[in-house]
Amino acid sequence: MTQTGGGGTDWSAGAHRALSGLGVGIVGYVPDAGLSRLITLCQADNRMRSVPLTTEEEGIALAAGAWLGGMPATVFMQSSGVGNIVNALAMMQTCRFPLVMLVTMRGELGEANEWQIPMGQAAAEVLRLAAVDVHRPERAEDIADTVAAAATTAFRALRREAVLIPQRIVGIKRFAGAGSGE
Amino acid sequence: MASEGLDRRAVVARLLAGDERLPVVLGLGATTWDAAAAGDHPLQFGLWGAMGSAVAIGLGVALARPDRRVLVITGDGEMLMGLGSLATVAAERPANLAVVVIDNERYGETGMQETHTARGVDLAGVAEAAGFPIVRRVADQAALEAAAALIRAAEGPVFLAIKVGTEPLPLVLPPRDGVLLKDRFREALLGHR
Repeated sequence: MTQTGGGGTDWSAGAHRALSGLGVGIVGYVPDAGLSRLITLCQADNRMRSVPLTTEEEGIALAAGAWLGGMPATVFMQSSGVGNIVNALAMMQTCRFPLVMLVTMRGELGEANEWQIPMGQAAAEVLRLAAVDVHRPERAEDIADTVAAAATTAFRALRREAVLIPQRIVGIKRFAGAGSGE
Repeated sequence: MASEGLDRRAVVARLLAGDERLPVVLGLGATTWDAAAAGDHPLQFGLWGAMGSAVAIGLGVALARPDRRVLVITGDGEMLMGLGSLATVAAERPANLAVVVIDNERYGETGMQETHTARGVDLAGVAEAAGFPIVRRVADQAALEAAAALIRAAEGPVFLAIKVGTEPLPLVLPPRDGVLLKDRFREALLGHR
């Protein structure tokens, strides 16, 4: 797999520090290439329990349960996963559960896989329709502060917050030859 | 035949009874009514929506509170919508979590249509294959008594599949205000909202 872009800023380390600093103790995730460094940082943090999910919907429920148990949680997913969580978000709204999600974007400028484009293009609007506040830092150096602010609003004001990481920042996935599939 | 199975209200009341109140997540919808019939309690988080989420919510509670035994009671239809969560629980292996499926082989809230378990799908087999270390199939009172003890003491995660009857039962409804259900659960478990 080849990724381009990303610049020099280590946004993953900044996002990890922001979440850790707000006491996030449970991290549910469905992997994405753009999330791999952040996932590795969370797995290496012994104050965080990293939980691989079979579907993003589980992560929303996991975060609800963690909050019931007194533990702030977060969920990482690729933009395609936004399509899998809508009914679970209805519960989060109805019960005023806090939620902070990091969503790495596919389907944007430069996308080589047509199948990623419909959900990538719809993700932000789907989240807004599901009463999630959507934030989209356009520069890598702004991601840590955005994550910290979103998590603060989630856990203090009991809101649902999503931070979308543009594909330009996480890098365009290239399909170079055999075996380079999804 | 499912209609000859155990009485679901008596089963749920038996599982909830014990020296210590367990934090409990109840799936949409009949298991939520069963628990209300046994007596509403702040530590019973009963779902009125989010079908398929009960086990993953229970996992979140169990990981956040490893010092407490945590119980999920849900129906076969609700469990079928979240089968992947059994794999996630098995992968995490929370020793303090028990998942109980009250299996009447029907979608009780929508007209008693048959679920996949009526056609032979074995939820206990799914849990075994996923890697739950303790799995029991319960179809009579003696097995229920033995299994009920596992919920409170065994090194889990525990999975129980309990076959129950299909008799129509009066609705007994807990509060449906989601914020209230969440806040009172946290207050009972954590001492604050």
